[in-house]
Amino acid sequence: MSNALIMTSRALRLSSRQLDALLTSLMLPVLLMLMFVYLFGGAIRTGTSYVTYVVPGVLVICAGFGAATTAVSVTQDLGGGIVDRFRSMDVPGPAFLAGHIAASILRNIASTVLVFGVAYLVGFRPHAGLAGSLAAAGILLAFILAIAWLAAAFGLLVKTAEAANALTFVMAFVPYASSAFVPTVTMPWWIRGFARDQPITPVVDTLRGLLLGTPVGGRPWIALAWCAGILAAGVVSGGLLFRRRTA
Amino acid sequence: MTDELAIEATGLKKSFGDVRVLGGVDLTVPRGTVFALLGPNGAGKTTTVRILTTLTRADAGRALVAGRDVARERHLVRRSISLAGQYAAVDGLQTGTENLLMMGRLAGLSRARARRRAGELLEQFGLAEAARRRVATYSGGMRRRLDLAASLVGAPSVIFLDEPTTGLDLPSRQVMWQVVAGLADDGVTVFLTTQYLEEADLLADRIAVLDDGRVVADGTPGDLKELVSEQSLDLELADTVAFDRVAARAADRARRADRDGLAISLPTDGTAAQVRALLDELDPERTAVRNFSVHTATLDDVFLAVTRAGRAVTSQEQEPTHV
Repeated sequence: MSNALIMTSRALRLSSRQLDALLTSLMLPVLLMLMFVYLFGGAIRTGTSYVTYVVPGVLVICAGFGAATTAVSVTQDLGGGIVDRFRSMDVPGPAFLAGHIAASILRNIASTVLVFGVAYLVGFRPHAGLAGSLAAAGILLAFILAIAWLAAAFGLLVKTAEAANALTFVMAFVPYASSAFVPTVTMPWWIRGFARDQPITPVVDTLRGLLLGTPVGGRPWIALAWCAGILAAGVVSGGLLFRRRTA
Repeated sequence: MTDELAIEATGLKKSFGDVRVLGGVDLTVPRGTVFALLGPNGAGKTTTVRILTTLTRADAGRALVAGRDVARERHLVRRSISLAGQYAAVDGLQTGTENLLMMGRLAGLSRARARRRAGELLEQFGLAEAARRRVATYSGGMRRRLDLAASLVGAPSVIFLDEPTTGLDLPSRQVMWQVVAGLADDGVTVFLTTQYLEEADLLADRIAVLDDGRVVADGTPGDLKELVSEQSLDLELADTVAFDRVAARAADRARRADRDGLAISLPTDGTAAQVRALLDELDPERTAVRNFSVHTATLDDVFLAVTRAGRAVTSQEQEPTHV
């Protein structure tokens, strides 16, 4: 456990010193939100104020950017000799990865708070009670945790930081084909199925419902099932890849 | 007996896919000594170090480090060893102090002890003034010194240095040499790999020459030099015609023959009588040999004599004699 704590503080210190990457992952979601609210929002009919509609989507995209940063850090560590040093010091592989994951989650909490703050300034007013807020926080945390592991596994899979950065691209675009920014019913039929059934849509729908205090039905359970599946895939493939990369 | 040995490896084999990297390596390193594993690029030095430091599993063979099996007791082995690899395994975005504090904490030191140890090591390695600077601003030599310092925080009993001076300039190499010599004085066992014969000769109590995944020679620097007889007669020839004539007469006795450099070396006992007789025999016309010198065999001679690289060079350069 103490090894994992040391690894976490290391990862946090390193990311606090990569100012450009840190600012990008903090500013990009906020700028994206402002762009959607002020440039596109007027043309999108969602049945509620657009900022209210779009915040859950921005939170999800924000989690994606944060995870991509983690993939890059993991790849960078494996490219240098530091992982060998940690292993020769008997730091377990899971502790090393857990450090990156924990740092990723903490960074994400910071950027989520920032998004909420700016959203509030531009007119976002959630109607969630305490239970709804806690449930929303739980779902978001589960999603952040799951994709952080997936990103760490991706970071172990690729050999260069440039390749790891490709995840930013995926994380930035997959949410567009979901209910994050526009209702899926407005999409053409051939993408609608994907958009409706991909994991981001139930997560976004759940967050939206919980924050606005509208009924969510079975959506939270679908969202959690997706998160659990992604988490399991990330942990298992991350463990296997770590072993393969360091054999 | 085993207690006297810091490292004992028998029959280590390792292949990556179809590529055989180690073909049965045996090594013994007594406690408190400096051991150099010498070999060209691709000989299997790093793989040997990785197996002995528990990072890679051997396909066959057995190795004990600090009395523990590297495969079955890797956690116990890891408590006694440390590794400084070819990469400087320190964080560029942390300061020198922060790197050493982190390593100290990972090595199980309390916060206070880790801080004290970091201070001592930074002082010892001449990095006290740079301690608060981020490592990204360090020179190559400083990074390597910090890396070595980092490997010493836990006071290991066996330390592995994989090519510690590769890519360093001479002053930085000399600092590293002093550090290694100092470790040996403190009773630490040092296992180092190097491509530099000079380095092995200077630092090591024992040397093994690794070539193509096998130990092709081992012993003290003195033993190895004896392998190629003590003295060498170096001839400088007048031209290629003279070279071919002398090379043909020297035949198998030539230890080294370099047609482009017009140079041939032969073993000799160094006495005037034998040198004179050799010169008369090889160059009866007294026109072919322009100059000669007698020198004591260096590790370079051993290296060329026992490694594949040496064999390749020798056979290639002797070819013209058959024409």
